[in-house]
Amino acid sequence: MKILTGNDLKSGAVVWWDGQGWSLHVDDAIDVADQGAQLIAREEGAQNVFAAYVVDGEKTAEGVRPAHIKERIRALGPTVRPDLTLKPADPAALNWVI
Amino acid sequence: MYKYDNYDQQMVDTRVEEFRDQVRRRLTGELSEEQFRPLRLQNGLYLQLHAYMLRVAVPYGTLSSAQMRMLGDIADKYDRGYGHFTTRQNIQYNWIKLEETPQILADLASVEMHAIQTSGNCIRNISSDQYAGAAADELIDPRPYAELLRQWSSFHPEFLTLPRKFKIAVIASDTDRAAMRLHDIGIQMVRNDAGEIGARFYVGGGMGRTPMIGPMVREFVPLDQLITYSEACLRVYNRYGRRDNKYKARIKILVHELGKDEYTRQVEEEFQHLLSQGIEPPIAELERIKQYFVDPAFETGLSDELDLSDPDFRLWVERNTEAHKQAGYVIATVSLKPVGGIPGDATADQIRLMADLARDYSFDELRVTHAQNIVFPHVKKADLYTLWQKLDAAELSTANLDTIGDIIACPGLDYCSLANARSIPIAQKISERFVAKQEEIGEMKLKISGCINACGHHHAGHIGILGVDRKGKENYQLLLGGSEGADTSLGQITGPGFDEDGIVDAVEKATEVYLAKREGDERFLDTYRRIGMAPFKEALYG
Repeated sequence: MKILTGNDLKSGAVVWWDGQGWSLHVDDAIDVADQGAQLIAREEGAQNVFAAYVVDGEKTAEGVRPAHIKERIRALGPTVRPDLTLKPADPAALNWVI
Repeated sequence: MYKYDNYDQQMVDTRVEEFRDQVRRRLTGELSEEQFRPLRLQNGLYLQLHAYMLRVAVPYGTLSSAQMRMLGDIADKYDRGYGHFTTRQNIQYNWIKLEETPQILADLASVEMHAIQTSGNCIRNISSDQYAGAAADELIDPRPYAELLRQWSSFHPEFLTLPRKFKIAVIASDTDRAAMRLHDIGIQMVRNDAGEIGARFYVGGGMGRTPMIGPMVREFVPLDQLITYSEACLRVYNRYGRRDNKYKARIKILVHELGKDEYTRQVEEEFQHLLSQGIEPPIAELERIKQYFVDPAFETGLSDELDLSDPDFRLWVERNTEAHKQAGYVIATVSLKPVGGIPGDATADQIRLMADLARDYSFDELRVTHAQNIVFPHVKKADLYTLWQKLDAAELSTANLDTIGDIIACPGLDYCSLANARSIPIAQKISERFVAKQEEIGEMKLKISGCINACGHHHAGHIGILGVDRKGKENYQLLLGGSEGADTSLGQITGPGFDEDGIVDAVEKATEVYLAKREGDERFLDTYRRIGMAPFKEALYG
């Protein structure tokens, strides 16, 4: 699947296109198929996001997972600071990243 | 320490207000990201893997306690309670919000700091010896010359759009503690046969994907021609440096392709022209700057004796202190490399504590080292045990300076959008694996970069590690034999790379070869240079 990611303008936070808007959680990402470029133009133009691009992903039993390690680390947070990831209370959260 | 005059302060304050307006226009949509990107980068604001990152300049690594305290406060108020000290003697914050950035810059300006020229193709923060003004082995304090260069290079209209970024280091002792010859320009302050102080210029060093050791291009530049000669070096680069290919745009490529002699000839020609233009600031300006770097009011007649009956204190003194030029004083380094920790990271509370301790025990002064540690440059020996106890209570007393635990590591793929592999977990595993062997191994410079850009200085490590992307997996190359000291050399790759656990095992095998083969007091580097790569390759791949 193709998933769309970018950064929130004010916070710089990593966000994912969920079909209606931008989510902090990669699990919410949808397959944008061949609509990526069109969505990027629209959403960046509306100042909803910046630095947007499409990456390869996979729908697994646990949720949507980007194909490349860099995007997986982007999706959750620094592997060396679990307390700063999106799921600080979940010790297993990083298992799918590496 | 240098203090801003009205002109310095006005320049920085004006820049803050200018950026405040630029951020406002970005947030309202008047500026696109394409338009805004170069503006934010000129103010040190990057977009990194997880968020905006702000890089704050620490000129030649020198900080007052008030400045250090502000760095801690910013970590608390605007970031997530910590900062990361970098290999260019700066500090970075990893979780900055765009709308708060102008106020952060205003807070920095209130203590005479900024983030200008910490990004972009300009002359970056001037780095220097972290022991400047304190070291027993230095000729003079190099910082007045670094400060003069800082003033010359700040907003220099001709050099704000160079072919690539440009880094200058200034030292004044034969023991190079600033990796001087691995900079675009490395300057060593020297004394000539006539007894005059001047500057020796090395040009065209650097790390990155094409590491080079800068050759000496001029043995001696008189003090009253320092800026003019620097300008000539930059002008030739600005004129002929490659703008068509960013990977060939650094001055090291120009010097290499032209040849040192031809580059030097062109610089000399430009230098002669510039001498007639009268661009050199009056020597009185250098004398004015020097007044800010006079020695603090050292007490005299102090004893050099230390009570080393506490074994933990003794170990820390042996590892983390250095001889001071003034009897009764010592230079003390705080290792930001706790076992299993993140190299260069410090919490807001630790940063503020170090600020307070500098105020109380080091004449209000601290230094950031390119090895990502913090220095108290002027500690009275009589105060050293008390200082150590206070550091120890804050988990800042790790006694591992210049050992295998004192690892330089870039942020790597945990934070950096350019990285191909993580650096920090490798550093953590190595520091944990070798904690019991640290003393047996002795002096060791181990440096890790998460990509070819070499922010972790892996080329200059006795042991270097380079993280690469191999078909979507992290892979780590091992290098041996690098050095950034007076005996600068570039590490050589041992062979095929290793996975995350394999690289830690490989480091262990390399150290075992060293321990088996070393003679006398040889460091790892000495043994490697004597026996060569073959025994190490045999142990790693045989």
